Amino acid sequence: MNNGFISGIFAVFIGLWSATLLSDTEGVFDQYRDLLGDDNPAIFVIFDGEEIWYTPAGPKSVSLEQCDLGLGPGVVEGAYAQLPRYFADVDRVQDVEARLEYCMTQLQGLTPDEVHEKPYSLRGDLGTELEALVAWIADQSSGLAIAPGQAHAKERATYALGENLFYYRAGPHDFSCATCHEQTGRRIRLQALPNLTTHQGAAEAYSSWPAYRISQGIVRTMGWRMRDCMRQQRMPELMMGSQASVALQTYLAVNGAGASMTAPGLKR
Amino acid sequence: MQLLAFIIFSSSLCADEPYDALLDSMTDKNFVTVERLKQDELQEFCSQPRTASVDEARAAELRAAALSDVPIPSGENYLGDWQLGEKVASNGRGLQYSDDPEQENGGNCYACHQLDPSEVAYGNLGPSLSGYGARGQSIVMLQYTWTKLWNTHAYNICSHMPRFGAAGILTEQQLRDVMAFLFDPNSPVNRSQP
Repeated sequence: MNNGFISGIFAVFIGLWSATLLSDTEGVFDQYRDLLGDDNPAIFVIFDGEEIWYTPAGPKSVSLEQCDLGLGPGVVEGAYAQLPRYFADVDRVQDVEARLEYCMTQLQGLTPDEVHEKPYSLRGDLGTELEALVAWIADQSSGLAIAPGQAHAKERATYALGENLFYYRAGPHDFSCATCHEQTGRRIRLQALPNLTTHQGAAEAYSSWPAYRISQGIVRTMGWRMRDCMRQQRMPELMMGSQASVALQTYLAVNGAGASMTAPGLKR
Repeated sequence: MQLLAFIIFSSSLCADEPYDALLDSMTDKNFVTVERLKQDELQEFCSQPRTASVDEARAAELRAAALSDVPIPSGENYLGDWQLGEKVASNGRGLQYSDDPEQENGGNCYACHQLDPSEVAYGNLGPSLSGYGARGQSIVMLQYTWTKLWNTHAYNICSHMPRFGAAGILTEQQLRDVMAFLFDPNSPVNRSQP
């Protein structure tokens, strides 16, 4: 598969899209998925992520090979499916993004400010290193059951916090996550909304991120999804790897536990 | 001793309070500041998980407070221009940090409600409002609808709908225009189904 093939597919897709935009938005994305078959443009991002993992970087010029994602230093396969989890070395629960920040600061010598400068792409960007790393790490858990840690007291407290945050209404519109995501069969305009309080809804949502966003041409992470939902709730900017971001992801991961990871997925 | 235990217990819980966690996790962005994370008493009351038991007395108190704060529009003029109201209903912009604060806010009614039956891109978090004007323009209907738009909690405590008037999302004039979009017999909301 090459870039010419991709742009050809994309042209077909745009044609289909404009023809049927208002009648069946989800349908045309399904058609695009069918055209791609098993191919997902995220594959290029996954390759990038793997390369970034093994490339020395930062002031200390070391790679992330000794980074412990929860299964021991350097073990990537299966690690994503067991996140968020408690890490004794920081005495807190971390998601993949908080953990990567820890490894980049501790192993590679980057400052937190450098890691936080631009974790997620803006529209029109070609992707960040963090997005590529997360895509690769998640791909290494594809097909495995979602199994976040819930044995440690702090893991259970993080879930409880996530549930409270899910229902926390604030801002000029009084929105919470629950406003859009505690009922089944609902949608905003034509966009279907998963019921994240149920196993099925949480499993479908959690298992499919990170995802290649067709409309944006980049891979988006679960941390970005949390940040963008907060933006739509009229809240300030949610920081990557923050306590609230980790807690909300823990709430979703535990509700969806047992389902198989399918990420990186393909989304509209 | 019990008091000491209580203090230690509550301070250890403190970091897991939603407000503290959010304050620790968010930063100001453009014109949106962390001030927005603070809850008023209604938001606090309406943040219970659905499974939690409801304090009915408190609910009645908050409902009454919401109702008593709804102003009557100046000149008791409830109905503006339905064509302007249609624009407000379609506009989903406003108050997100990615929005231009110089532009007027939208009501984003279509995100959750069906209105003009020929608009297919409507959400269903709220009930369909197509044909809303068929109920007529009695003062009771006008006051009811005005109140619902101004502060939905006056009738339906902990409704998902924003307080478009009370929270200052829409101006009085915009609300009058939305009212006209709902009530005017010439508004597409009240056209017969295609």
